[in-house]
Amino acid sequence: MGQLTTNIVLLGPQQPSPDVGDALQEAGVKGPVALITAGWQEREAEDQALVEHLRVKTVNLKLHARSEQVFAADKELSAAAKARQTRLKAVNDFYRIRLDHAFEAAHAISVRHVDPELLAEEQHESVEALKQLDGDHLERCKVSHDHFVESWQPNQRPAVAKHREEIGKILDDSEAIVVMGGHVVSLLNRMKLFDVIGLAKKQRWFAAAGGAMLLTERVFLFHDFPPHGTGIAEVLDHGFGLVKSLVVLPDFCHRIDSSDRGGIARFVQRIAPATCVAMDPGGRVFVEGGLVRRALCHRLGADGSVEEGWTGC
Amino acid sequence: MLKAIETLQQGPRTAEAVDAFFAGRTFPIVEGHTITFVYRGEAEAIHLKHWVFGLPSSQQLTRVEGTDVWFLALELPPGSRVEYKLEVVRNGNGEWREDSLNPNRARDPFGANSVAHGEGYAIPPWIHPHPETQPGKIDELFLDSKVFGRRRVEIYLPARFRRTRRYPLLVVHDGHDYLRYAALGTILDNLIHRLEIPGMIVAMTSSPDRLVEYANDERHASFLTDELVPQLERALPIDARPQTRCLMGASFGAVAALSTAWRRPGYFGRLLLQSGSFAFTDIGDRNHRGPLFDPVVAFINKLRAQPVAMSERVFVSCGMYESLIYENRSLVPMLQSTGMDVRYVEARDGHNWENWRDRLREGLSWLFPGPLLFVYE
Repeated sequence: MGQLTTNIVLLGPQQPSPDVGDALQEAGVKGPVALITAGWQEREAEDQALVEHLRVKTVNLKLHARSEQVFAADKELSAAAKARQTRLKAVNDFYRIRLDHAFEAAHAISVRHVDPELLAEEQHESVEALKQLDGDHLERCKVSHDHFVESWQPNQRPAVAKHREEIGKILDDSEAIVVMGGHVVSLLNRMKLFDVIGLAKKQRWFAAAGGAMLLTERVFLFHDFPPHGTGIAEVLDHGFGLVKSLVVLPDFCHRIDSSDRGGIARFVQRIAPATCVAMDPGGRVFVEGGLVRRALCHRLGADGSVEEGWTGC
Repeated sequence: MLKAIETLQQGPRTAEAVDAFFAGRTFPIVEGHTITFVYRGEAEAIHLKHWVFGLPSSQQLTRVEGTDVWFLALELPPGSRVEYKLEVVRNGNGEWREDSLNPNRARDPFGANSVAHGEGYAIPPWIHPHPETQPGKIDELFLDSKVFGRRRVEIYLPARFRRTRRYPLLVVHDGHDYLRYAALGTILDNLIHRLEIPGMIVAMTSSPDRLVEYANDERHASFLTDELVPQLERALPIDARPQTRCLMGASFGAVAALSTAWRRPGYFGRLLLQSGSFAFTDIGDRNHRGPLFDPVVAFINKLRAQPVAMSERVFVSCGMYESLIYENRSLVPMLQSTGMDVRYVEARDGHNWENWRDRLREGLSWLFPGPLLFVYE
């Protein structure tokens, strides 16, 4: 999915204050810049403060507003997209039930008083079971998306094609694309609907928080401090795959329990062999040819350790 | 180390010493697991009146000899929250009063009680209005029901309500009381703002005859599923799927929610049951709670004999200090046996609105997870 892009900067959370403008400046980007704030949903156009912060000529692609126009104009496509989302939600619910039970099973096994070697083997099996569930879920998501694209050919439909042409022109004039975070499902769906990755050719990418998650191969949702119970990370979907073998977890300090070494270890083993990085404000990952070349963030280890100030080496 | 009251007992017991004891101190006195209730004034006797099931509901305070100070020390497990009154006996007559030394009050339809917060209990911050939270709006709607005649229903619409969106629907029994005594409106505002639940439409019903209508009454199920919900779905942008439709209630309201779901399996995909009055018998058909409970007993007995998956997700909560704890604990494995996804939460609290208030975050966010998990800014 997607071509290898040679110049990508992943950034951490942009709340309470953004630093993506600094990243543009550091990279010598003069503009214009294409901006994606579709993750902000209805607040997509409330980008004035951000645009000021970027300090270069910026054009918001307004993918959220465009998608609303598409769905208003093309009812068939709208109904099909809604049906796909409803199905994906149900599939996700079932995946989540299986995941919860797999975690319960792993916990039940982990507290048994048996030979440590056997226990280690069993814990490995528990992680494998989680990997299997994640993999199956990703495959089901892919089948659903592929079926949607094959059945409806969104790029060929006039309502979408018109916007793609406009987006393509903006991108052709842009030196870089800035993808802000927000609601990752909204962002993912909008970027997919207009196939923004397919339209982007030479631009450099600057993707923050949720935006950074989407440029990797797999998007994991996580929160160790949910309002109920214990958080169990779950895989949402495939990302765009511009960044290989990396899982990005933004907002480390608010969303991850760094004292839970067992939980971190299990997660890192679950996503292996990919590298797992956690990003706080100011964090950076520099990517060339799809691979991490340099970084300033935390790397999570398979033993549950947190390597602060990881440089990517 | 001496407890505060012991220092008074062992000291000179002068008026100055007593004044010094009260100065700058909060009451009741919480010292680790010990909570000491204190009263100051002339009386023949002082009794602590509370509703903690498992402890004597009336306990006498002891006078500190030579003073007008009375006290009672209780051991309370961490996290406890206890509502109480003090009975002041004078001239042979007892009068129940709120504790004038304690500013904490809990209000309910019967008035107000004083509240003792045990070690580790904290009033949740999300029950208070937050300056950054945009409040929702509460409208009222009058429904001409074929079953019950004209009924008033309060409707909560979330901040930034848009007709182009589809919202989950939460139907709340005794909704007016939830608004008034359990801060439901503020809690919805805050949880939505914190992305812990999605924006939702909430219908708050009330009944003039709840003990009858809520006790597994077909008319009530019909009112909700044939009249109220369809009308709301016609009038408002509601996501009309069982998964996004929740029925909720406390006490008899929880019975109403469970029995309606049982009468209309699959209609409400989410249930939130707080301190349900789920009385049952293992033999015979009369429960010790009296005839008002007879239809409830018949219903729960029937359900226990043949459990069915009537919903998808059920959140059950109950206070450990309630007499209904046994019934609620018994309900949970039975519900789980049907394959429904059931979450059960207990609190060291009683059968009261603030217990129900304090469990709303966990219950609502589990039944309707908000976009928190999806938003990375």
